[in-house]
Amino acid sequence: MSEKKKLRVATTSLAGCFGCHMSFLDIDERLFTLLEHVDFDRSPLTDIKTVTPGTDIGIIEGGLCNAENVHVLREFRANCKVLIALGACAINGGLPAQRNSLSLPAIFDEVYHSGFGLTNSLIPNDPELPLVLDQVHPIHEVVKVDYFVPGCPPSGDAIWKVLTDLLAGKEPTLQHGLMHYD
Amino acid sequence: MTASPSLQSVNTLVADVVRRHAADPTRMVQILREVQESLDWLSPEAIDALETQLKVPRTKIEGVAGFYSFLYTEPRGRYRILFSDNITDRMLGNEALYERLCKSLWVEPGRMSEDGLVSVGRTSCTGLCDQGPAMLVNNLAIGRLSEARVDQIAELVRAGVPLAEWPAELFAVEDNIRRADILLGSDMQPGQALLAARALAPDEGLQASNMRSWREGLPTGLGGPPAILDEIKHANLRGRGGAGFTTGLKWEACRNAPLQPGQTRIIVCNADEGEPGTFKDRVLLTRQPDLVFEGMTVAAYAVGATRGFLYLRGEYRYLLDPLNAVLARRRAENLLGENILGIPGANFDIEIHLGAGAYVCGEESALIESLEGKRGTPRNRPPFPVTNGYLDQPTIVNNVETFAAAALIALKGGAWYAAIGTKHSAGTKLLSVAGDCARPGIYEYPFGVSVRQVLEDCGAGDVQAVQVSGPSGVCIAPAEFDRVIGFEDIPTAGAFTVFDNSRDMFEVARNYVHFFQHESCGFCTPCRVGTSLLKNLMDKLHRGAGSPYDFAEIEKLNLLLQSMSHCGLGHTACNPVLDTIARFRPAYERRLMQKQFTPAFDLDQALALARQMTGRDDALAHLSTHHGDHA
Amino acid sequence: MNPTFTLDGRAIPFLPGQTILQAATAAGVFIPHLCYHPEFKPHGSCKLCTVKVNGRHTASCTMQAAPGMSVESETEEINGERRALTQMLFVEGNHYCPSCEKSGDCQLQATAYHLGMMSPHYDHFFPNRPVDASHPEVLLDFNRCILCSLCVRASRDVDGKNVFALSGRGIDTHLIVNAASGKLADTDFTLADKAAQVCPVGVILKKRKGFAVPIGERTYDKAPIASVAVAGEK
Repeated sequence: MSEKKKLRVATTSLAGCFGCHMSFLDIDERLFTLLEHVDFDRSPLTDIKTVTPGTDIGIIEGGLCNAENVHVLREFRANCKVLIALGACAINGGLPAQRNSLSLPAIFDEVYHSGFGLTNSLIPNDPELPLVLDQVHPIHEVVKVDYFVPGCPPSGDAIWKVLTDLLAGKEPTLQHGLMHYD
Repeated sequence: MTASPSLQSVNTLVADVVRRHAADPTRMVQILREVQESLDWLSPEAIDALETQLKVPRTKIEGVAGFYSFLYTEPRGRYRILFSDNITDRMLGNEALYERLCKSLWVEPGRMSEDGLVSVGRTSCTGLCDQGPAMLVNNLAIGRLSEARVDQIAELVRAGVPLAEWPAELFAVEDNIRRADILLGSDMQPGQALLAARALAPDEGLQASNMRSWREGLPTGLGGPPAILDEIKHANLRGRGGAGFTTGLKWEACRNAPLQPGQTRIIVCNADEGEPGTFKDRVLLTRQPDLVFEGMTVAAYAVGATRGFLYLRGEYRYLLDPLNAVLARRRAENLLGENILGIPGANFDIEIHLGAGAYVCGEESALIESLEGKRGTPRNRPPFPVTNGYLDQPTIVNNVETFAAAALIALKGGAWYAAIGTKHSAGTKLLSVAGDCARPGIYEYPFGVSVRQVLEDCGAGDVQAVQVSGPSGVCIAPAEFDRVIGFEDIPTAGAFTVFDNSRDMFEVARNYVHFFQHESCGFCTPCRVGTSLLKNLMDKLHRGAGSPYDFAEIEKLNLLLQSMSHCGLGHTACNPVLDTIARFRPAYERRLMQKQFTPAFDLDQALALARQMTGRDDALAHLSTHHGDHA
Repeated sequence: MNPTFTLDGRAIPFLPGQTILQAATAAGVFIPHLCYHPEFKPHGSCKLCTVKVNGRHTASCTMQAAPGMSVESETEEINGERRALTQMLFVEGNHYCPSCEKSGDCQLQATAYHLGMMSPHYDHFFPNRPVDASHPEVLLDFNRCILCSLCVRASRDVDGKNVFALSGRGIDTHLIVNAASGKLADTDFTLADKAAQVCPVGVILKKRKGFAVPIGERTYDKAPIASVAVAGEK
């Protein structure tokens, strides 16, 4: 396998907590094995800021809660051959999506006006700040997603299983014990 | 607006209704409907009173009230206007009229006006497709809507004119019979068919048969000679509701079903004519009610039933009083009641139950649930109604047209009837013709008539498609117009909706998908969620956000609905989509405007609220909607 | 000797009156189900237990076994359809397992695991369903309701109380409680009711008992639902 060209992998966290990335690191010493097969492109692990066109695998943690999330997701989709949704938030919006039953005005009012200790406060309007979507969406509702790894976060073993299935050219599956939504 | 009624008057009014129905919770749908007719809605106070007086849990009342479209647990105004929203109403321009009325009355669509005077909404096909666009005002039908009529109605509402004082011509419903045959042309006198049925057995035989029946626990009451059952079998009569089950076998199964002590056999006439595009039962019940009731009585005679129901769809509320008058006359003529025609023990009577806006109640077991005062959820089958139907008693459920035919068979014999039509489809069929044709209305043909013949007779030119038997039936293209109406080729419950080449068959299918989504009872997962997913996908294509991905999803959902659903509604909900994809694929391909997967929702619109609250309108405060064309 | 039918090629004996699902369970074969509960009359609404009998789809919880029937269950086709139904249930409500006390003990979740459901696949409905925290002992979180009617049946048939019912129609079908206020606190519901014990998901939850058993050590963490159900319902 070492003779084969290494696969290029990019990762990012959108509306997530980076817990899935932490869990990714939980594959521990298997990272060395993984690095024999892959190079990391844009990722918090490399600090590369853009996805190289033709990247083989894009791994997305987190759902979509604002315009910037959408831009990043679209950059990944446009430049990655295979896109993987990693963890509960990317898959169904996760905990951030629990705001979906509240209206945005009610949320902004609570956060910027009527919340404890707030006086004469304004809703921030700096163009630097990503503008908020009215609802949080899982990523498959905005772009086509090829594979999903459930869990909050998925365990390091589950991530390893899916990646090794993919590297072996198999449809990824998770058996009892690895498959978790919590 | 008058003040809301006092608590005392609510209690009194509810008590009147409850007393009329002997405080019987199995009559819940009728009780709720009548309470609402007086109070305009089912207020919490009315539900309190019902809970006390009927001695049933509140959950039971609210569960039933929440199921039916025409029962309201929120105030809907003194005038409750619902526009019929079948595809034929759309084709006749109902949307512009809907907007015109809303504007004219200053109401938001679907909402009650702030003064509590009026609400304007939409409802499924009301069965006036040959004289649309149509509406219901407090469940009374008004057809042939025009700008002038809509303005007139707005004026009457604004002036608060009581419905009873509205001009009668507004409520006139035409029969539009274009071709009559044995059923619509029948001049049978009330009682003739029953006399003929009775004559099939000699008097002493009848008595002996009744005695034997009684001894052996076989059908009692009218239950006499099997001769009439034989005539029905010889006639090769098959059910007219769409499924085409052999009527003689159904009746025989009911006749042979064991009775528990205190039970009787039940005859139910299914007049819940809800299939979009169908209106022939309305005309049969208007023009030949005696034929229908006599057919029910013949069935009672054949199987030994003592109790009958006509389940009339709520949209035909205006037929209730005339039909009750016919029943009263038949009682006076001893054609209903005790010892009918002097036959000892021949006791049978019919009462009318009104539906309340639920298409699924056309399914026979859901209809029985509704008759029992419950939510109209189709039952698990087996057991079938013929053995365990209304209140667990052996029950025959047949279509209006089936009973009318049965009366004629009793009168003229099975051999006479079997000679009409084709080998596998005896008799005639009433077609409800509507859509793009010069002469919409009712056409009665012997079975075996070709689609082409019907199109010619109704004056349809430049035809692109015909939807036969409504959205749960088949959609056929010109290459198939030589196919014939009959169980061996195109079975039908009666709808025959014509679309000319100016129509977009994708939009036709989308209208039907909306119909099924609205009418799904919600009992089983595949239909409850699947019809909503299908509706969302069709709407996505309609908005121009569809890609080949969505097309594949639609095809997968269709298969799932067909295989996993609980009843016919779910099984057939995808028919209009499957048929139009097979025959009018370009209408779909035109809609697949995106090459790549595109979101179902508008991303830029999803930022609108935040833009509004922050006052931002910079480039980063926007998102392009479609994938691939972003900066 | 009892009559038999074949289930995926295996002979399954049954007693007269038994459904396919009951006979299969007794023989140690799991057929996925959510609205079925061995103590209640089969309901047939979730359709997860759908099998093919002589080539035709039917719910195995309501279909009585008959001699010689040929039943298919564990096929790629049927499990694919069951997975799609499970995905429908997930997108119809708001199912956030990480914040649900029932996680690990939830039959919907465990069934999804069993069927290898890696994602909800469809677009989410994100319905707005406020919780009812009025009752002193019990929380009702309607976001997770899958309309199985088990609490309705338990309250009506066992407790004799009719605390729960379904109202609405179609996609608007929802659980209601027996009080003019619509609040559980105003009913005669108690924690001792059978209806408090039967919810397969996380709608009816005992208050002040969060995370007594840690995530990872719960029922379906320890064993898959196939073995738990067969052991418990035999």
